[in-house]
Amino acid sequence: MSAVPTAPARSRSGPLADQAIGAALSSTPRPARPSALSACLAFGWRGILKIKHVPEQLLDVTLTPVLFLLMFTYLFGGAIAGSTGEYLHFILPGILVMSVLFTTVYSGVTLNTDMTRGVTDRFRSLPIWRPAPLVGAVLGDSVRYLVGATVVVVLGLALGFRPQSVPGVLAAILLVVVFSFSLAWVFTTVGLLLRAPNAVMNAGFMALFPITFLSNVFVQPDTLPGWLKAFVDVNPISHLVTASRGLMDGTVHAGDIGIALGVGAALTAVFAPLTTHLYRTRA
Amino acid sequence: MLAIEASDLVKSFGSTRAVDGVNLAVRSGAVYGMLGPNGAGKTTTIRMLATLLRPDSGTARVLGRDIVSEADAVRGLVSLTGQLASVDEDLTGRENLVLIGRLLGYSRAQAKARALELLEAFGLDHAGGRQVKSYSGGMRRRLDIAASIVVTPELMFLDEPTTGLDPRSRNQVWDIVRALAAQGTTVLLCTQYLDEADQLADGIAVIDRGKVIAEGTPSQLKASVGRGALRIRLLDPEQRPRAEDVLARALGAGVRLEADPAALSAACPPDPQRAAEAIAELSRSGIAVADFALGQPSLDEVFLALTGHPAEEEAVAEPAVSEEEEEVAA
Repeated sequence: MSAVPTAPARSRSGPLADQAIGAALSSTPRPARPSALSACLAFGWRGILKIKHVPEQLLDVTLTPVLFLLMFTYLFGGAIAGSTGEYLHFILPGILVMSVLFTTVYSGVTLNTDMTRGVTDRFRSLPIWRPAPLVGAVLGDSVRYLVGATVVVVLGLALGFRPQSVPGVLAAILLVVVFSFSLAWVFTTVGLLLRAPNAVMNAGFMALFPITFLSNVFVQPDTLPGWLKAFVDVNPISHLVTASRGLMDGTVHAGDIGIALGVGAALTAVFAPLTTHLYRTRA
Repeated sequence: MLAIEASDLVKSFGSTRAVDGVNLAVRSGAVYGMLGPNGAGKTTTIRMLATLLRPDSGTARVLGRDIVSEADAVRGLVSLTGQLASVDEDLTGRENLVLIGRLLGYSRAQAKARALELLEAFGLDHAGGRQVKSYSGGMRRRLDIAASIVVTPELMFLDEPTTGLDPRSRNQVWDIVRALAAQGTTVLLCTQYLDEADQLADGIAVIDRGKVIAEGTPSQLKASVGRGALRIRLLDPEQRPRAEDVLARALGAGVRLEADPAALSAACPPDPQRAAEAIAELSRSGIAVADFALGQPSLDEVFLALTGHPAEEEAVAEPAVSEEEEEVAA
């Protein structure tokens, strides 16, 4: 029998050195509090890291617009607009709006996930500007919006979409992203009110499907029954789509941009404070 | 000086009074244990003191600041390690610590350096680049505590830091708490385990149904409960009635028959020698003993002694996300 004693297992994850912890504790002068802006940016950075670590979450954002664009262009193009090329020109700005707006639901889903996991407790116990976790998360989500928008435009170009002006396309993307920031606040509110991430996802899509389909994304409203046309005409999504179309082919009316931005401002004014309030009280 | 002074804290959720008039006085630099079963009101008390919940009534000062009117100042001095590990599972360990460092005001470079220092001190340097969702429970808990001391807090709330951990991880967490205390950080520790409070705390408040029902040092508390129990298991359950007689005579105390048909227990005699003699008496009487243990009082026994009812879990546990929570002023 071997007489060599087995060394006690002091692996690296074994007993911790109290001195090391003591040293780590004593070496910390408290820094000055961060500004509201840098706290927001830190949370935005967190959102981007999450996309980096869980790239699957971009799959929805990229695949859905691809499917929509291909399906609707080739299925309805001939019937609705006489040719797929004509229809692509009509539908692309609409698909851009629709795909990017759908990704805003994820802002609510992410917030709800945070809450169910307990990480909000830590954020809420930090001495930071209180809305920072929310504003930062919504800012970080802009990466998703831009990815979705880019996919739609690039695929459109590959299929033969030729916009009148490149700055117009960029302006349309910017307008859609700005509107999405506002809409995201609606879903962060929903995210704090519902109990599970899946419920937020379902509620969000249940609301967005009718409101985006009952707009001028897919068809000109002229052929619709009067009551439906009336709804489509006042639907802010229609104005956002009309403004995006106008920006891309150079026929934009300031009125549509104004309505889109106005509705966005109103959504933010109502739902951003509401989200902040709920985050303080319910999270 | 007192680090925590709470008087008559009350918090209800619907018709349940989760915290029903809690008073606490915790000396600065102490490790103070709040001991109680699930749903006793420990977490709600901690969440109020950490400014996450606003009390319905009553007042509390943490490090001299009012938890409602000076909530922001309190947040600047304390840190909280909640019952759920409050770290982001999707991020790596290092990213979690860098994020907290940034949020506390460090520059990017300082936050990175601090993260590396903490990972090393907590034995997580090899795992710093991995997503937290791949961590074991013990690693996650260590990271969680590391995140709480990115800037050394003057007071740290630890809510059931070892629930669900294996014994080795539990010992590591205990070492960390001792190191914190040695550095002068006041620790308020919630736990369900008397053993844990006994190991770490200088003072203990026993909480039941939203109220502090006993308070003192661990030894005072144990003395008030008695000396724990002598537990005996026989080889042959048939011999239990006879063993009961023998023990009752040898110990001069009441003997309890356990649910296990071969087991008996009795209050520990003040002199352990007498327990040894009682066991010897059993074998002299031809009763075979499978095993025996001389135990500290369990939380159950503490509860039974203090409240007259067992430490069962309350029917209504504290909700993780509550309907009724009210705003805490910024």
